[in-house]
Amino acid sequence: MRTSYYVTGSALAILFLFPLVWSGWASVRTDTGFGLENYARLFTSSNGIRAVHVLNSVVVSALTVTGTLVVATFAGYAFGRFRFLGRDLLFLLTLAILMVPYATILIALYVLLSWLGLEDSLVGLSLVLIVFQLPFSVFMMRNSFEAVPVELEESARVDGCSSVGTLVRIMLPAVRPGLVTVGLFAFLTSWSEFFAPLILLNSTDEFTAVLAVVNMRTASHGSIDYAALEAGVVFMALPCLVLFAFMQRSYVRGFTSGALKG
Amino acid sequence: MTGALYATPAAVLVGLFFVVPLLLVVWMSLHRWPLLGNPRLNAPDNYTAVVDNALVASAAWFTLRYTVLITALLFVIAFGLALLVQNRRPGVGFFRTAFFLPMTVGFASASLLFLGLLSEEIGPLPAGGDSPALGSAVLLVLWRFAGFNMLILLTGLQAIPLDVYEAARIDGASRWQVFGRITVPLMRPTIALVLTMMITGSLLAFDQFWILTRGGPDNSTTSLVMVIYREAFVRLDLGSAAGISVVLLVLLAVVSSVQFAVLRRRSA
Repeated sequence: MRTSYYVTGSALAILFLFPLVWSGWASVRTDTGFGLENYARLFTSSNGIRAVHVLNSVVVSALTVTGTLVVATFAGYAFGRFRFLGRDLLFLLTLAILMVPYATILIALYVLLSWLGLEDSLVGLSLVLIVFQLPFSVFMMRNSFEAVPVELEESARVDGCSSVGTLVRIMLPAVRPGLVTVGLFAFLTSWSEFFAPLILLNSTDEFTAVLAVVNMRTASHGSIDYAALEAGVVFMALPCLVLFAFMQRSYVRGFTSGALKG
Repeated sequence: MTGALYATPAAVLVGLFFVVPLLLVVWMSLHRWPLLGNPRLNAPDNYTAVVDNALVASAAWFTLRYTVLITALLFVIAFGLALLVQNRRPGVGFFRTAFFLPMTVGFASASLLFLGLLSEEIGPLPAGGDSPALGSAVLLVLWRFAGFNMLILLTGLQAIPLDVYEAARIDGASRWQVFGRITVPLMRPTIALVLTMMITGSLLAFDQFWILTRGGPDNSTTSLVMVIYREAFVRLDLGSAAGISVVLLVLLAVVSSVQFAVLRRRSA
């Protein structure tokens, strides 16, 4: 019983880890041995990643993480602590975003953003990414704020704090785990998202790093440079793996929060 | 009033980038809407065109087969993994992490990883056989999402009180009886959740086929979302793309409401 558990578990673990290990290996494997030539080609070939693509990805991620944190914190505070007209409707509407997969409304978003002068724009893309993070983030922040004891807030009020002062000085430290999880998922989504930038960004100068790497595959008419592609995979995955290593707890909290509402 | 003020940024974003596009996609589907140029009303042409479009029919059939295949395989594998790692014992943390780790790689990157892994040029596992295109996408999705679904099922498994199992054992129930009469019924909400996520996720498949197979050979792995993309940005017909989107949207709403019905039945 015990042995079969370890044999099965280990065999499966090897199966699941193998592709990851292999891509790291393939990315440094060259004709003559090992080296960084594949990475050099990734960053220098005509349709590979350029510095501007990495910068674009960083900008989109920064805008999405900041925007999601600000909007979700305010909304979570509002839903968790106040009653106001339209409260339940807005909360339902926010959660309804989950029921409408964005692949089906991206065509309309494409038209809408061009009406707003945000076509082919990193800001437009970030706004869309923020909205699709909202159901998870607002839900998470509302629960975080609800879990903070009311007494904590009341004592601050008695001491003369305004509601903004209370939010910043008393509440934010208390909901930090929620903020970390929300920020983490906003980063992972914006860093790795492929379909939304594919639709919303047209010019190669605006491409995010993911689009640029995929472009090496889809724009190549002859043979595909697989080794440089694997270097691209490693480059894209590395920040995510590092975050996972340091923030496993937030990861698991975020992924399982969906299961708890059932 | 203060509360409404705090909720304003969220309300503006949800209104502008969710409610408006939702209405707009329906509005667009009633028009001939070229990528460049002025739209004009042509209802219900985009909808009748959906029925007549041969590529839509073959993509719908392919997406449906893919959805059934993925949902069945992914569910069995994820449930198996969850049962394997449900108890605390030495090494279980390592196993859980190993199964979950693929989820940390972005899906587009994971697709590129498998493109290389299954290539004849540098791959240790060159894809062969009768339908390598579909098979490679299935392998990729199982690899990337099994651990995630395992994690969700695990939370459901661990929510079952231990004394329920205890009572069953005292009554002399066999392992299979315990699984069939206790574990599965008590996990119904979690099972409904993962099945819904698997079904809606598969019906919306795009990245894996766009990157791994390019929809080929001969459009045999072209999914519905790929057809939407093609109508919009290759055929430059946004109205037709919106029409297919609305049909897909209604289909997904039906799937989600079935999940709700299952959940409601539990609490009744």
